[in-house]
Amino acid sequence: MQGKADRKGLKISAAVGMASLALAGCVTVEAPTEPIVIELNVNIRQEVIYRLAEDAGDTIENNADIF
Amino acid sequence: MGEFMTKRLTRAVLSGAAIAVAVGGLATPAFAQRDPAYAAARSAGQVGEKMDGYLGIVGEETAELRRLVNDINIKRRAVYSQRAQATNATLEEYALTAGCQAILATTPGERYQAPDGSWQTRTNAPPKRDSRCP
Repeated sequence: MQGKADRKGLKISAAVGMASLALAGCVTVEAPTEPIVIELNVNIRQEVIYRLAEDAGDTIENNADIF
Repeated sequence: MGEFMTKRLTRAVLSGAAIAVAVGGLATPAFAQRDPAYAAARSAGQVGEKMDGYLGIVGEETAELRRLVNDINIKRRAVYSQRAQATNATLEEYALTAGCQAILATTPGERYQAPDGSWQTRTNAPPKRDSRCP
């Protein structure tokens, strides 16, 4: 009898815990995010940028009318 | 304010004339110069270089500025796309790299976007760029 009540209490607190976790999750998701530009570029690695740097510099020089 | 604008205008006209002389003298169509409307908007700080490799409108947006910026960005995108393919990179990777270089190439008085997204005016000091920029 006592054990059953305990288990019920445990269940309730677990449910409350889950609910608050879910709520915490929601807050994080809905928090204002950084501008999309920055978000999209996060995955670009520095080594890739270093590899392309010279070519990109030449591209800018060769297309001076649009840069 | 008026005097400042006049000075700026005079300088723009003079540099325009110098460019015309240089272009005429060298006769190299491959190194075509900025069109006057773009050059003016750029030196007036109405447009600036964004981190992503494209041009942005800094202050209040007008239909004319939007058209100018879109026109240049479409052309930039075409060039980026071509070079990205040639260098085995993605369009975004190539554009971001070009953005690093374009921001570095700004001259004092021109506008650029800092890593926090804010618009900055280029000074003689190095520009604030993404930490991944070379």
